[in-house]
Amino acid sequence: MAAPERRGGELRRGGPGPLARVRGYFRLHAQNLLGSLGRLARQPLASLLTVAVIGIAMALPAGLDVLVTNARALSAGWASAVDFSVYLEPGQPLARAETLAAEARGHADVVAVEVISADEALAQLSQFTGMQAALEALSDNPLPHTLVVRPRPGLSAEAVGRLADGFETLEGIDLVQLDTAWVERFLAIVDIARRASGIILLLLGFAVVVIVGNTIRLDIENRRSEIEVMKLIGGSDGFIRRPFLYGGLWYGVIGGLLAVVFNASALLALAGPVQRLAGLYGTDFALQGPGLSGLGMLVGGGALLGWLGAWVATSRHLRDIEPT
Amino acid sequence: MIRFEAVGKRYSGGGEALATLDFEIAAGEFVFLTGPSGAGKSTLLKLVALIERPSRGQVVVNGQNTRKVARRRIPQFRRGLGMVFQDHKLLADRSVFDNVALPLLIAGFAERDINRRVRAALDLVGLADKAPRLPLTLSTGEQQRVGIARAVVSKPPLLIADEPTGNLDPALSLEIMRLFERFNELGVTLLIATHDIDLVTRLGHRRVELVEGRLVGDTGRRHGSA
Repeated sequence: MAAPERRGGELRRGGPGPLARVRGYFRLHAQNLLGSLGRLARQPLASLLTVAVIGIAMALPAGLDVLVTNARALSAGWASAVDFSVYLEPGQPLARAETLAAEARGHADVVAVEVISADEALAQLSQFTGMQAALEALSDNPLPHTLVVRPRPGLSAEAVGRLADGFETLEGIDLVQLDTAWVERFLAIVDIARRASGIILLLLGFAVVVIVGNTIRLDIENRRSEIEVMKLIGGSDGFIRRPFLYGGLWYGVIGGLLAVVFNASALLALAGPVQRLAGLYGTDFALQGPGLSGLGMLVGGGALLGWLGAWVATSRHLRDIEPT
Repeated sequence: MIRFEAVGKRYSGGGEALATLDFEIAAGEFVFLTGPSGAGKSTLLKLVALIERPSRGQVVVNGQNTRKVARRRIPQFRRGLGMVFQDHKLLADRSVFDNVALPLLIAGFAERDINRRVRAALDLVGLADKAPRLPLTLSTGEQQRVGIARAVVSKPPLLIADEPTGNLDPALSLEIMRLFERFNELGVTLLIATHDIDLVTRLGHRRVELVEGRLVGDTGRRHGSA
């Protein structure tokens, strides 16, 4: 054994200085951050299962959100691509319709104007079975001349509405019919889906907190004797709690990353078929991913939920462990 | 350093562990706490370490009345005393070095200071070359010395030990006690619970004896204690 007299000077008392305390604090956090990751890695299967469940729970609402976002993007295209009909007042000559059509073609937001004369309209109508007899009973053609206006693609729904309103104020126009009701109905359905995805997000977010909380609770139970020793030698609640909080953080972050992978795989698998479908409809619509901010939200949200789960578990269970 | 004033301890659902205990240990003393099993030795040490609180009376440790130490201040309180246990209470998944470093880590020491102090403490218990080993690869006597190094590494003024030689043969027990005596020479106050009467008699320090929770003998302060 070493001679204590020689080392006697080492038994001087005194705590660390303030600067050393601050440095020690940050070093401790860094050590806990890496240490808790190492602890996860030492039980790969159990950690993987926990992280996979978190990943799935987070991928579901995120995936739904991607679908809703895409449906909105798609329907926004429809709302502006819709043609509208401009009916002239009865008795207006066909020449007036032609003049209006020529003027409209010069408008920057209009790509095509088709003139349907009253006679053509009647001919089209009489092709419907059962209508012929009824039409023949009329002494003259009750239908007005009509313009079918196609707005420039990419125009917002509001701009299309303004364009249509502009026609309504013109001389000799009876009625402008813009049939966007079905688009609005579709958007209402999409809004319901969006709301539902919000509810699912809340529920599954809660599930992630519970999953992490339960995992950390088991972890605390397994390390009971270690926690007792820490308390015996003066470990504060914060000191003992920190590695568990970082453990929860890691579960959340890795679960979030896994959710990103799940979503990216699903998008990749759907991209081909969606492109084929879009091709059949003659559009170049492509699925939009969640983007960088979406990925950040998944990972950041995972971190927050994991931390929260660990916080709840440590608040409840660390207090109960006291040395005896 | 330690003062018991009319201290009683009754465990809920159990009998009286300690009854009206009065005694004082001055700074720098080396005191053995003896008595048969169940006499209340462990309970007394638990009152000192604030693992238990007294049912009656007051325990003053290091100038602090333990009654007035709030729950959240207990960690800070415990950093002021070193504790040695019969079963060592080492962390099996950490090296000898990391085990000894733990109190310094908890107190927020800088890495440089931790290295220096841990080396010094391990040197003191004669285990400088075992720093990277895991505790379970050491002998029982060596493990106990690791436990002692951990108890003194933050240089507490007071060291309490509950049957520190309970699992050791006489030769190793004496070695451990000699180690405690060296700390005592450096100014550390020691309170050691043991039922190894032969060793106590041989070393001749102050002896406080408990039987059924009562103080039945106190040899008083001895010369030779610093």
